[in-house]
Amino acid sequence: VNPDLANERQTASFSVEKLTALLDGGAEQTRLRRAVVEAIERDPVFSRENQYFQSQNERYEAAVRKAVHLQKKMHEMGWSQDGPESKYIYRAVAGDIAFLLHRIFMRSISVLGSDEQIAKWIPPASQYRLIGSYAQTELGHGTYLQGLETTAVFDVTTQEFILNTPKVSAMKWWPGDMGRSATHTVVFAQLYIHGKCYGIHPFIVQIRSLQDHSLCPGIIAGDIGPKMNFEHIDNGYLMLQNVRVPRENMLNKFCEVQPDGTYVRRGSQKINYFTMTSVRISLISGEAVTPLMKACTIAIRYSAVRRQSKLKPGEQEAKILDYQTQQEKLLPQLAAAYAFHFIDDYLQEVFDRGYGEIQRKNFDTLPELHALSSGFKATVTQYCTSGVEICLRACGGHGYSLLSGLPSLYTKIIASCIYEGENTILLLQTARFLVKSFMAASTGQSVPPSVTYLAAAKPRKCPAKNKLDFLSPDIYTEAYQHMAVRLISSTAAKLQDLIQSGVKKHDAWNRCTVQLAQAAKAHCHYITVKNFAETVEKLESKAGIQKIMKHLCDLFALHGIFSNAGVFLHDGYISGAQMDMVTASYLDLLAIVRKDAVPLVDAFDFTDKSLNSALGCYDGQVYQRLYEWARKSPTNKQISPAYEKYLKPLLHNTLSKL
Amino acid sequence: EALVLNDPDFQHEDLNFLSRSQRYEQAIRKSSLMVMKLREYGIADPEEIYWFKSFVHRGRPEPLDLHLGMFLPTLLTQATPEQQDRFFMPAWNLEIIGTYAQTEMGHGTHLRGLETTATYDPATQEFILNSPTVTSIKWWPGGLGKTSNHAIVLAQLYTQGQCKGLHAFIVPIRQLGTHEPLPGITVGDIGPKFGYDEMDNGYLKMDNFRIPRENMLMKYAQVEPDGTYVKPLSDKLTYGTMVFIRSLIVGDSARSLSRACTIAIRYSAVRHQSELKPGEPEPQILDYQTQQYKLFPLLATAYAFHFVGAYIKDTYRRISGDINEGDLSELPELHALTAGLKAFTSWTANAGIEECRMACGGHGYSRCSGIPDIYVTFTPSCTYEGENTVMMLQTARFLVKSYTQVSSGQRVTGMVSYLNDLSRQRIQPQHVAARTVTVRINDPVSLVEAYKARAARLVEAAAKNLQAELNHRKSKEDAWNRTSVDLVRASEAHCHYVIVKLFTAKLSEISNAAVRAVLTELCLLYALYGISKNTGDFLQAGILTDAQITQVNQRVKELLAIIRRNAVALVDSFDFHDVHLGSVLGRYDGNVYENMFEWAKKSPLNKTEVHESFHKHLKPMQAKL
Repeated sequence: VNPDLANERQTASFSVEKLTALLDGGAEQTRLRRAVVEAIERDPVFSRENQYFQSQNERYEAAVRKAVHLQKKMHEMGWSQDGPESKYIYRAVAGDIAFLLHRIFMRSISVLGSDEQIAKWIPPASQYRLIGSYAQTELGHGTYLQGLETTAVFDVTTQEFILNTPKVSAMKWWPGDMGRSATHTVVFAQLYIHGKCYGIHPFIVQIRSLQDHSLCPGIIAGDIGPKMNFEHIDNGYLMLQNVRVPRENMLNKFCEVQPDGTYVRRGSQKINYFTMTSVRISLISGEAVTPLMKACTIAIRYSAVRRQSKLKPGEQEAKILDYQTQQEKLLPQLAAAYAFHFIDDYLQEVFDRGYGEIQRKNFDTLPELHALSSGFKATVTQYCTSGVEICLRACGGHGYSLLSGLPSLYTKIIASCIYEGENTILLLQTARFLVKSFMAASTGQSVPPSVTYLAAAKPRKCPAKNKLDFLSPDIYTEAYQHMAVRLISSTAAKLQDLIQSGVKKHDAWNRCTVQLAQAAKAHCHYITVKNFAETVEKLESKAGIQKIMKHLCDLFALHGIFSNAGVFLHDGYISGAQMDMVTASYLDLLAIVRKDAVPLVDAFDFTDKSLNSALGCYDGQVYQRLYEWARKSPTNKQISPAYEKYLKPLLHNTLSKL
Repeated sequence: EALVLNDPDFQHEDLNFLSRSQRYEQAIRKSSLMVMKLREYGIADPEEIYWFKSFVHRGRPEPLDLHLGMFLPTLLTQATPEQQDRFFMPAWNLEIIGTYAQTEMGHGTHLRGLETTATYDPATQEFILNSPTVTSIKWWPGGLGKTSNHAIVLAQLYTQGQCKGLHAFIVPIRQLGTHEPLPGITVGDIGPKFGYDEMDNGYLKMDNFRIPRENMLMKYAQVEPDGTYVKPLSDKLTYGTMVFIRSLIVGDSARSLSRACTIAIRYSAVRHQSELKPGEPEPQILDYQTQQYKLFPLLATAYAFHFVGAYIKDTYRRISGDINEGDLSELPELHALTAGLKAFTSWTANAGIEECRMACGGHGYSRCSGIPDIYVTFTPSCTYEGENTVMMLQTARFLVKSYTQVSSGQRVTGMVSYLNDLSRQRIQPQHVAARTVTVRINDPVSLVEAYKARAARLVEAAAKNLQAELNHRKSKEDAWNRTSVDLVRASEAHCHYVIVKLFTAKLSEISNAAVRAVLTELCLLYALYGISKNTGDFLQAGILTDAQITQVNQRVKELLAIIRRNAVALVDSFDFHDVHLGSVLGRYDGNVYENMFEWAKKSPLNKTEVHESFHKHLKPMQAKL
């Protein structure tokens, strides 16, 4: 181990192993996770070492190979699809695997299909006798589902639906696994019966032959071409030309078209709605927080190894982690990774409780759950994305090499700001809930638990007297609360004013959207801070963990005030002098957290293989590894073809002729 | 432009579908052709070469960049006449292809830390070059991996047992004829990067590699045959080159951001989504306030940076005349200013390009949007030619120095002259913050004053904090480090002020009334949006009141609606040709969806109807399960 890193670890103020267990939810979970990761990483088929050198075709092939091999592996190890190991499997393969949409395909049938449909499709799908995809998004429409243009017309005479892509913008575009792999897909289309449109419904459509994998008649499908990342996934396009599917292929748990064309609705769609909502929550941990943790691990370890310039004349060059500006880039990201880990725990809990209610047919919590899932999906993915980018840029030139691992983390996480609901639109959905709740609260009606603070009476000035006061969770949590209430109430008031002055409702809404989005973010930021503070309070004080988590919580909270000073100063809740105290406290915290920075990323417990980074390895042998790895690049394996063809003539004689 | 676009020799398959090695090969092919065509057409003016090159390579990097941009110019400025005789014509004729090897694995911006050594051996009159550690391996130089046969290597010079600091040496690295590495040279490509696929950024390791004494560039410093070292006259001269290159980056920030804005704004005018009013057709997404709020401030920023880039270039041109006559007085300020502006503009443009991409939703993520490519090509400019945070601190050093001069009663000139006002105020026992500026939020000139007051306050605050740290601690360096977050903020505020000032000043030079009107709106939006994003600074300093901030926020939104009408025309004015823009979403004709489909059909995964992995993996699995 590089001595620079070894020193960092010796001075840890807390037990890394204990913190890891806390993050995993218990030492037993840690053990299980390590066993799964170990089993997968030991298997050479899952190696990602050459990933950065591979073409799109090679990446895709590797992903299919891994997916197929994983089935074998799971069988061998006795892991089941929904066993306790499953969440660790995904972490271990780092998502670099095909057939992820196949699972969505199966889940959508389980949720939207009748018992007969489940019995018909799920067994062959789980044995991979068919491979599914999920075709919702079109070229012309994404988050706004009602705008989809694919049509499914019911033909009473043949008892079939006729599916069509009426124009280019209606082509299905983006669905994963559809470009090359899938044999079937769930297509979302506007249902027409006897010329009347009944809105969007799901249909199972076979697109490729089960014998030779060629496209079925009336189907045009293929790969949508290179993207910023996800090169291993064959995101596809799909065009349907008079494709006929039997009446039984419409997923009909909630509504059915009877043989004579009568449309029947049954049951409540709300459970379905709940499923969509919970998908947003389920991606927070794996798709947003984990990449940020990885990026922090790489950037912080590298910053403890990289020495550059001198802080004091005559001394050795300083670790770049000792520069205040470097700390100011990285340590808030580290604090955020912990803050979001804990908010994810909180949301899981809220959703588990909500699920219980829904099972008991109580749907009262749905609006709140929806608002929470939209708001947090948007704020956490946004924050983590910019955090990963900050880590990337904090690694100087070497961060730009794919071998640092950071560019691919970044290009992957940014997609999370768009999929499962575009972030701005999600924030506005949360804002709608907040405005409504605020109106209800101000007229004395009861509101859901996450927004009761909108009704509480509050002090008008921050009571802090010196910079130490700002290390009190009460002080900063109240500041966040005050700010959130102010932004929500002022936006609601403005909306009211506009409407009262005769502006049409939608127009008024559009004119307030910038502020509404800001208010929704403020709400989520407040809950994150509050939850972090409450989590810290509940931790046991042993092994130094509570103490270091308290520092991180303070850092997260004060960084937020420091970097959004205007909204806290705006109505004088925090005064200019107090803002100087915040800054002073915040900068002090950087130096404190700095001491434990490496142990804090060690606690995330990523293996070197899962980081797949020359800069972030546990042993800190950065330069050696970078050099060895670069030498393996295919560009170094042969003399460049360009030399013989172009350079040689250029270097030798051609120019003398000019 | 038309010369290149219509030349069939420069056509090739869409780069997005090529592997790295193929992209490198295409770039080399085009560079070779380009050099020949330049000679054929007799193009020799640097400005024309620049344009020709940028059209051949569509604004992308190419393996000869370092040869043309660094190797040849360095020969011209640092080689003796004898050395020019030996190297310049062969290099001009590309018998010698060179690169510039400065950065090492372990050191970048901090040049004094470089570890490569060049030890003079008087017995043979040679320098012995060595890479003594892994960290000293030269790493990143463009064109080094596969293309070049020579490199200008920066190394610590040792002669007569003493280290004389960094010097430049011309080092042959590959055999002329076979292109094989020379004995003692290990050279290769550093592997895949975030972007720059067509560039063979390389590594270079030297083991007791000997070059003749005459290969040290000796126009300024010299080593005599017996090993005696002769010092150069002035070291400020190197500033000139740095100022020049950083000014190019400011221009590049403007251009890259303009391209991204063009794509995002045209696409937003073509994409219809959701509903604003029930029952009406889906509106263009450009009509949503949130979309305007994402894009129009960036559009204004692109224009602002464009004017700043032009200003620096002009100023540099003006004072390089003085430099040649030995007058270096204006250089330090320009050097300090360009360091900060390089950082400020590249950071902003970097984030702005990403905003534009995300404003295009899912399709922005496809390479057919062209924005991923703009981003990965642009983002390294936050790091190269001086890491941005280090650049900001250089500017801060100049600001603190100027502040100290003012405090000791001297007057300062140029862009920092506002610091003079601080001393005048100090006569009254009043904090600068308490100074009342009557800000009129519809008047750019008045907003310049507000930005000026903010810069003055943050420079003063940083300087005072630095002083307080100095009073508490022994070491200057420690105090500096503990104040560096404040110092960066001060520099940012200074740069922001300079940009608003230059944009505003530009308005009065525009004679066409309609153009002036629309640019005035953009200038106002730029200034007001900057305030609304940094309200904390303006409130805390008492420059603006709560009520004014509310007005500013309101005015920003009004301006969005006003600019909306001209948004497409404003990006059309950037005049990017479709081929240069390289984007399906940003096409001039707006036929987005049809062309996305056409583009995707060409993807390598679609070359065969049934992909080979079906036979290799899927089919056997289905048979087994």
